[in-house]
Amino acid sequence: MHGAHATTEAVILHSQALWLIPFLPLVGFLIAACAVNAPRLVKVTSPLAVLAAFAVALSSVATLLGAPEGARVSQTAYTWMAAGSFHADVAFRLDALSAVMALFVTGVGLLIHVYSIGYMGHDESCARFFAYLNLFMFAMLLLVLGDNLLVLFVGWEGVGLCSYLLIGFWYENDDNAAAGKKAFIVNRIGDMAFVLGLFLLAWSLAPAAGGALDLDFAHIEAHAASLNPGTATVIALLLLVGATGKSAQIPLYVWLPDAMAGPTPVSALIHAATMVTAGIYMIARLNVVFALSPAAMQVVAVLGAMTALFAATIALVQTDIKKVLAYSTVSQLGFMVLALGVGAFATAVFHVMTHAFFKALLFLGAGSVIHGMSGEQDVRKMGGLRTKMPVTFWTFLIGTLAIAGAPGLAGFFSKDEILYHTWAAGHPWLWLVATITATLTAFYMFRLVFLTFFGELKADHDVAHHVHESPPVMTIPLVILAVLSIVGGWVGLPEHWLWGNRFGHFLAPVTGHPHLAEGGMLGEGALMLIATTLAIAGAGLAYVFYLRLPGLPMVLSWRLKGAYDLLLNKYWIDEFYDAVIVAPYVRLSTCLWKVADQELIDGFVNGLAGAVGANGDLWRHAQSGNVQHYALAFLGGAVAVLAYYVIG
Amino acid sequence: MEQLLLPAIDWLAVLPVGLTSILGLVLLALGLFVDDDETLGWITLIGLAVTAVATACLAGQKSITFNGTFALDAYALFFDLLFLVAGIVVVLMSMTYLEGTGIPSGDYYGLLAFAIAGMIVMASATDLIVVFLGLEIMSISVYVLAGAWRTQLRSNEAAMKYFLLGAFATGFLLYGIALVYGATGAFRLDRIATAVGDTPNRTMLIAGVAMLIIAFGFKVAAVPFHMWTPDVYEGAPTTVTALMAVAVKAAGFAAFVRVFLHGFGGLHADWSMLLWVIAALTMTVGNVLALAQRNVKRMLAYSSIAHAGYILVALVASGAAGGTAALFYLLVYSFMTLGAFGVVAALGSVGEPNETLDDYAGIGFRRPLLGVTMTIFMLSLTGIPPLAGFAGKFYVFTAAIREGYYVLAVIGVLNSAISSAYYVRVLIAMYLTPGAEEHGRVARQPYLLTSIVVSAVMTVVVGVFPALWMQLARFGFLSL
Repeated sequence: MHGAHATTEAVILHSQALWLIPFLPLVGFLIAACAVNAPRLVKVTSPLAVLAAFAVALSSVATLLGAPEGARVSQTAYTWMAAGSFHADVAFRLDALSAVMALFVTGVGLLIHVYSIGYMGHDESCARFFAYLNLFMFAMLLLVLGDNLLVLFVGWEGVGLCSYLLIGFWYENDDNAAAGKKAFIVNRIGDMAFVLGLFLLAWSLAPAAGGALDLDFAHIEAHAASLNPGTATVIALLLLVGATGKSAQIPLYVWLPDAMAGPTPVSALIHAATMVTAGIYMIARLNVVFALSPAAMQVVAVLGAMTALFAATIALVQTDIKKVLAYSTVSQLGFMVLALGVGAFATAVFHVMTHAFFKALLFLGAGSVIHGMSGEQDVRKMGGLRTKMPVTFWTFLIGTLAIAGAPGLAGFFSKDEILYHTWAAGHPWLWLVATITATLTAFYMFRLVFLTFFGELKADHDVAHHVHESPPVMTIPLVILAVLSIVGGWVGLPEHWLWGNRFGHFLAPVTGHPHLAEGGMLGEGALMLIATTLAIAGAGLAYVFYLRLPGLPMVLSWRLKGAYDLLLNKYWIDEFYDAVIVAPYVRLSTCLWKVADQELIDGFVNGLAGAVGANGDLWRHAQSGNVQHYALAFLGGAVAVLAYYVIG
Repeated sequence: MEQLLLPAIDWLAVLPVGLTSILGLVLLALGLFVDDDETLGWITLIGLAVTAVATACLAGQKSITFNGTFALDAYALFFDLLFLVAGIVVVLMSMTYLEGTGIPSGDYYGLLAFAIAGMIVMASATDLIVVFLGLEIMSISVYVLAGAWRTQLRSNEAAMKYFLLGAFATGFLLYGIALVYGATGAFRLDRIATAVGDTPNRTMLIAGVAMLIIAFGFKVAAVPFHMWTPDVYEGAPTTVTALMAVAVKAAGFAAFVRVFLHGFGGLHADWSMLLWVIAALTMTVGNVLALAQRNVKRMLAYSSIAHAGYILVALVASGAAGGTAALFYLLVYSFMTLGAFGVVAALGSVGEPNETLDDYAGIGFRRPLLGVTMTIFMLSLTGIPPLAGFAGKFYVFTAAIREGYYVLAVIGVLNSAISSAYYVRVLIAMYLTPGAEEHGRVARQPYLLTSIVVSAVMTVVVGVFPALWMQLARFGFLSL
């Protein structure tokens, strides 16, 4: 499934500047934290900090491009933890994979910072917002630039924390706080599996490495071949659970739609373009481990395809503009995970990048609409905004075309590469699922466009009167992202087209070349044709449903009430988790505390007191009520300990 | 028959305990004449600081004195410094906290010094009788400290419960010591270590070991000997709670680790399984019950039980890795816990403890410094990198896996995930719950805030640069 890595000694360029990429945003954070009462200053310094990080990233990538293929830039700051044979440095690496990630994280991050100046400028807590945003950039860059799994993990936890702080940014609303808490706890469940996987990986590699415990990527790559398939499967599955938390896959995706409670630029930056791709990045980074276990790869692929389809069906009927985009994000992340599962690691990263462009664009566009509509998020109350918000409309349309897979746009190339690799890796059923999903994607995205920008404006008079295009500080980032959503895919054309797949070749030293079976009867071109036709059909169907025969969706939702309700209520998954996991756990905790710690012992003591009869008074006379119960519990424990030795 | 010889006294070895004892006496006497609480606080602070510097100067010394019953080694010095620094932080807290409580400063600071003297004896003891001596010096002082706030009913109650159950535990300790002596004919750990292999009276020895596990289990608040902890921690003055949660627990572990890994090292196979079960129970019960609490101080009490469980994991793992991890974890745990209780103390005032989650609503914005530092402590207790708590857990679980205790490590990691649910609730209260409007001005709390900031800085520094501190812990453990 997976080709050999370049075995020649890699060229390592030492750099003194790499650490600046994450640390400049940290400086921005510290400035913002100290100047929370000076939002005018923070509105300048925070975007500047990201701009500076972007500049350093550009120059570092330029160095990398000038070096021979497979080279990497590296910097070791200091030894972080060391104990016996265990060793971890605070070290950074910029190879092809982290170069791509670092560039689009800083680039898209910069655009979103600029947009936020307009979007959040009037919020009284705008300095706090920028502080969190800068802190997030620091953590995210640490995640993608870390040279070992522990530094990656610091970033991993850091982005989670910032995400949670930003989801609950408008904490006056209780729902938002609950959403933040949910994101945090669901992610912790994933993290727990991730940590276990990390431990197991370090230990399983040790024998081959002469006992050295190390989580350096170079170390992992060098010794991964020594893992036996069973161990590799367990490690890969644990890491996968970690990825399902951060990258919102089944079964841990539930936090992401709720995370839309945060300000829209946050949804664009964290919950669409960057943080949620951390799981994809991690698996791509550890591709050598995953490639060792065909079983785990199979699970990854199936999980990705299922998530893609599942989320796309939910997106069909949602009425909150941001919720639609959120489920769309879950679905697109599913595409990326599918690509990972079929061994097309570089393709997954390619889709991460193009998705960052068009999904950030769509979210910012949605933000612009919400801004113009005085906070309204329900698409049923929108309509006809095409003329009132022309820049937003055109850019949003480009984003929609890109995600729907219109030929020539960014999403077209990355999505079709995923479909092609899925087919070529011998997964016709997964290909079918993905193709259906792509059709649904075209449908729900055009549904959004038609409901929002076409037809009659259905808002009440006050809102309608105030509808306006957003200021340039918001529309310029939209335009830049729209351009990127068009041209961003051109770096990865199919092989043999013009300059071919430059992107794939650039990443190959890190991700390997996927071995492809011959395309069989259907070549890449044929697959492309099918997908494109279906996408057009999806869009056409949306046109019929929402422009030509606007009564039809209503009729259908009546006719198919069961299915409609199921989708509208998101398959009742949240309710299911609440009933099966959350509620019993809370009950257990309260129960243990109330019953085991207090009543059970009370009851035991009272029973005993009855038996003792005359001595009962002795028990009751205790002033505080239960110190003697504690003593009894103590005695019980002591008896248990002694019994353990006597019997055992 | 050995002749009773007066041993030569190694004055250097008893320098730390000597200085703290003298400090205690001076404070008791001064308390009669000096009325100013702040002055007494400063005297304690300076006394402890001088002792700490003197103790640090002993680094590199290694001797065993008093007929082999009292050691001066890196292990003892590591703990001495931990107790002294914790003591300094607690004194800083107290200098603000005691205002208006009516607790007599002279007695309070004097007892604090004696408690630390007792802890130092425990860390240095290489003889079971000396362990007992230290434990009692410490415990009796702390019983009184827990009830120091005489006008508060819950403080009285805490002292009473702690004393009664503590006395119970002492009984087990003495009985255990007697049984071990019966089986091996020795109190000295080195002699016990050589005798455990070929004692004819194995059952008696094992019974003694079990008794000691019970007694130490009580002191470090391990399940099922933990039930006193929430009541006592909640009732005692918050500064004393901080001392109990940190220094008293550390002292318990100092003796626990030395006695078990040194004296009973040869019996590891016999006691490790029992401790395995106790560690798993302690982590799980502590974490699960913490979730049910709405009182932050009580929640932190359960949290301290859970953390004792993590340290027990290191003890089960034993060996150089486990021992080092235990010492390092205690260091890490001390700062984050001291800081968290510091914040609890800072939010309360006389007559208004303000300890429930509702009282924390909106604190993050009203008192930004407390908000940020409490965030650091909660995240560190959860084990989020790069804060110290992560490094601590990392070393502990690493040690457990290295020795093959996979299941225990998994239980530990699971527990650490559970714990995030209740630590994050504090953050939610502070930042995501609208609080009451500011009423009245906030009292100035310079000393208390200093102690909190010091703890926060240490929590970050140890987390970001753990290597140096780990080296100290390693040094300490390997000198056993």
